[in-house]
Amino acid sequence: MSARTVNQKAWWLVLPVVALVAFNAVIPLMAVVNYSVQETFGNNEFFFEGVRWFQQVMQSARFREALQRQLLFTAIVLVIQVPLGVAIALAMPRTGIGVSICLVLMAMPLLIPYNVVGAMWNIFALPDIGLMGHGLIALGFDFNYTRQPLAAWITLVTMDVWHWTSLVVLLTYAGLSAIPDAFYQAARIDGASKWAIFRHIQLPKLKHVLLIAVLLRFMDSFMVYTEAVVLTGGGPGNATTLLSIDLVKTALGQFDLGPAAAMSLIYFLIILLLSWLFYTVMTRDDAK
Amino acid sequence: MAQIHLRALRHSYRARPRDEVMADWALRELNLDWRNGGAYALLGPSGCGKSTLLNIVSGLLRPTHGQVLFDERDVTGLEPGERNIAQVFQFPVVYDTMTVADNLAFPLRNRGLPEPQVRSRVREIAALLDLEATLDQRAAGLTADGKQKISLGRGLVRADVAAILFDEPLTVIDPHLKWRLRSKLKELHQRLGVTMIYVTHDQTEALTFADQVVVMDNGQVVQAGTPVELFERPRHTFVGHFIGSPGMNLLPCEIDAAGVARFDGHAVPTAVADASAARGKLTQIGVRPEHLRFARAGETGLPVAIERTSDLGRVTVVDARHGEQLIKVLVAEAGHLPSRDASLVFDMRHTQVYADGWIVE
Repeated sequence: MSARTVNQKAWWLVLPVVALVAFNAVIPLMAVVNYSVQETFGNNEFFFEGVRWFQQVMQSARFREALQRQLLFTAIVLVIQVPLGVAIALAMPRTGIGVSICLVLMAMPLLIPYNVVGAMWNIFALPDIGLMGHGLIALGFDFNYTRQPLAAWITLVTMDVWHWTSLVVLLTYAGLSAIPDAFYQAARIDGASKWAIFRHIQLPKLKHVLLIAVLLRFMDSFMVYTEAVVLTGGGPGNATTLLSIDLVKTALGQFDLGPAAAMSLIYFLIILLLSWLFYTVMTRDDAK
Repeated sequence: MAQIHLRALRHSYRARPRDEVMADWALRELNLDWRNGGAYALLGPSGCGKSTLLNIVSGLLRPTHGQVLFDERDVTGLEPGERNIAQVFQFPVVYDTMTVADNLAFPLRNRGLPEPQVRSRVREIAALLDLEATLDQRAAGLTADGKQKISLGRGLVRADVAAILFDEPLTVIDPHLKWRLRSKLKELHQRLGVTMIYVTHDQTEALTFADQVVVMDNGQVVQAGTPVELFERPRHTFVGHFIGSPGMNLLPCEIDAAGVARFDGHAVPTAVADASAARGKLTQIGVRPEHLRFARAGETGLPVAIERTSDLGRVTVVDARHGEQLIKVLVAEAGHLPSRDASLVFDMRHTQVYADGWIVE
C-alpha cells in the first residue's frame, strides 16, 4: 500500500460556490419550507403545525381554480406560440437586408420591460380610449375587458403572444440556420415537397431547439405575473387570477405566511414535475 | 443513363458579372462531352470551380450562360428532381428520423410510386449496397460510410438514373473504410454501367476511379484525358505540377536558333524536335522525376550536386541541384545512388517544352 497524502485545503476553493448557492437558493428556499410548517401570530412567535397548511391549500377551491386557470393559460399560450413561432421563422428571409430588419423587429417585444408591456396593453385595449378596444367596439363587437371575463382572457393571451412569440421565432430561426445546405440540396434531388422537407429535415433538426423553446415558454408562462397583474389585476372578479397572482394576494395581501409558503412549494413542485415530464418525453427517442 | 454534353458553360455567383473581369467568374467558357457509362473525375484545388460545375450538372445551380444536355435534350432549366440524377455530398445526408429502408424509399414515395413496387426496389438496392442487414435500423445510427451508401442508394432506387455525381464523398470516411467504399463504387460502376462523375482534390482518388480525368484550375478546364495521358503528357504546367508525387520538374529554358531547348546553356533533348515557335514566350522544360536518371559511366548529362535523399520505401526521391535550380529525381533501387556529384540524363520522349504554361507541340 502506498501512503496517500490527503490534502484537505482544496475545500477552501469550493467554499465561495457553496456560499453563493447557499445564499441564493438554499437559505431562501429553506425559509419558505420553515414558514410552510409553522403558524405565527406576530411577536416573532412560531408554532409547529406539520402539514396542515399543505392540506388546507390542496383542499381549497380557490387554489384549485387558480391552478386550473394557470394550466389553461399555459396550454393556450403554448399551442399558439410554438406553431406560430415556427411558422414565422420559416417565412423569414435567409439572406439579404431583410434578415437584419426581421431580427430587429422580432427582438423588439423581448426588450420591453414587463410592466410596460402590461401598461401598453392595458391602455391599448381600453374600450373608451384604447385603439384596439375602441376599434373593436366601432366594428360592432361588444368588447370590454374590464367587465367581461372572455374579453379579459382574449386580451391577456393576445398580449402574451405579442410579447413572447418572438422568443420561439428567434430560437427556431437559429436552429434553421444551422441546417447544412446539403440537406436541402439532397431533398431537391429526391424531389421532396415543401411539406416533406419540413417534416423530415427541418422538424427533426429543430427538435432540440424546440425543446428549449417549449421548456422556456412553459416555465415563463406558468410563472407569469407582472404583465397580467398590470393588465387586469386578476379581474374582472377572479377571472384572470392566475397562480402567481393568487399567491401574492395570499402572502402579501392577507399576510397568511404559512399557507402562502405551502402554496409556493406546491407551485414550485408542479413546475419542476411538468418540466421534467416535457424534457423526458421530448428526449425519449435520443436514448435509443 | 445518358450522355452529358456541356455547351459554352459559364457561371458567376455575382448578380451582374462583368465579361472582362476574370475574377467575377467561377466557371469560364467550358465545353465537355461525357459519354454514356463512363467514369469521370473532376480534379482540382479548392475553389477551382469543380463543385460549381457538378452542381450545374445536377441542377442545383443554374448556369449564367450555356446549356446542359442529357442525351441531346436541354435540361438547363429543369429542377434536380426532374433530371433523374443521384448526388452524394461531402458530408453524409440522411433523413435522421427514418429507417434505412424509409430513406431509400423516400424519392420513390415523393413520386407517388405504389408501395409494393417501392418495397421491391428498396430491397434490390439494399442488396446491391450491402445494406440489407441494416434496413430496419434508424439511419442516424450508421457509420459515415454506411450513411454515404444510403445517399448513394437514394439516387440509385430511381429507375434509369441518368448519372451519379459525387462531391468529395470520402472526405469524412475513416482511412481504412475509404478503400472499401471506393472499391464498392468501382464495382457498382462495372455492374450498372451508369455514368459517374466524381469531384475530388485528391489525385489518387481521381486517377484510380476515373477513365477520364478533367483537371480544373481557376474556373477552366486545363486538361481532360486518361490518367496515363495526364501523367505522361501534361498539356499545362499546372497539370504536371498538380498530378504526380512529387510533381513535374519545371526548368526555365531558352530556345536557340535551331529550336533546341537549353537549360543554363545545356542543350536538353525533348519530345519536340523544333520548338522555335515558342521563342519570345516564357519557356520551360518539364520533366517528371520518374523520367530522369543518373548517367552511367561514360555517359554525359546535366551536372548536378546531390543534396538530400528521402526514402519512400519502394522508391527514393533525390533532391539534386544545378545552380539555383532544384531538380527532383525518382530512383527505383536505392543501391545505385551516386555519392555527391552526378549528371542527369533526360528521357527524351517524356521531356516537354512549355510556352507560357502550355505545351509546345
